[in-house]
Amino acid sequence: MHLILFVLFAGFCLAGAVNLLLQTHPINSALSLIVVMTSLAVLYLLLGAEFLAAAQIIVYAGAVMVLFTFVVMLLNAGREERTLGSRAASRIGFPAVAVVLAVLASLFIHAGNIGTAHLGTGLEKAATAGADNSNLTLLSQVLFHELLLPFEVTSILILIAILGAVALARAGHGEGTAAK
Amino acid sequence: MDVPLNWYLLLSAALFSLGVIGFLIKRNLITVFMSIELMLNAVNLSFVTFAYQWHAVKGQIFVFFVMMVAAAEAAVGLAIIIAVFRARATLSVDRIDLMKL
Repeated sequence: MHLILFVLFAGFCLAGAVNLLLQTHPINSALSLIVVMTSLAVLYLLLGAEFLAAAQIIVYAGAVMVLFTFVVMLLNAGREERTLGSRAASRIGFPAVAVVLAVLASLFIHAGNIGTAHLGTGLEKAATAGADNSNLTLLSQVLFHELLLPFEVTSILILIAILGAVALARAGHGEGTAAK
Repeated sequence: MDVPLNWYLLLSAALFSLGVIGFLIKRNLITVFMSIELMLNAVNLSFVTFAYQWHAVKGQIFVFFVMMVAAAEAAVGLAIIIAVFRARATLSVDRIDLMKL
């Protein structure tokens, strides 16, 4: 069951990522990326990360990709022009990517058996308090006790990002006039 | 049937490489930005895999923080793209070369 689900959704992931590269229209690329992110959410579920699967769907496949499609449609982005990429990309970039992939793949294959994943065994083994079926309890205990300060700092970061986005996208900016 | 965790790591490496290739070959500013998001997702998958292997909840929390930072990054990045489009009226990365030598 786990193997079937893994192969199915890993295939969806790879197909979506390859389709993202092959499509010339940005809106098709955005929809392929949504497929990739949704399949990744299922893989998170298989690895026992229920909260992250939900967050992946809501934050990535929901909010971020809606923002992407919104901008694609707002700017009326058409078919991209097929120009030759920069020479550095083809001379250094592709061999470098191939080397990195080969190194990583050989590392992971020769790493030996680092364990297998089976359904229904998430982090709850490590849970000390409560025999809860989900790891949400454990996650929130660590997040809101031990890592409360980073959590709050991140909320400030998001506030600053919102202000920056509004200031950048405001009309009149970018044409030499100072932001009002 | 169980799945070896190496396969998850291999999938993560493959997705990351596809993201880098997309970053290199795509000529549209928005699609280049999408490739960056793909790379972030690939790294998240390896984080979740290792969190599963070590039964460590910190790995999953790190993914949570990566998601929040990525959301903020997407908002700011897309605002920059809108500003660039308003100033240069193009989305092609070949035409946005004001700072190139």
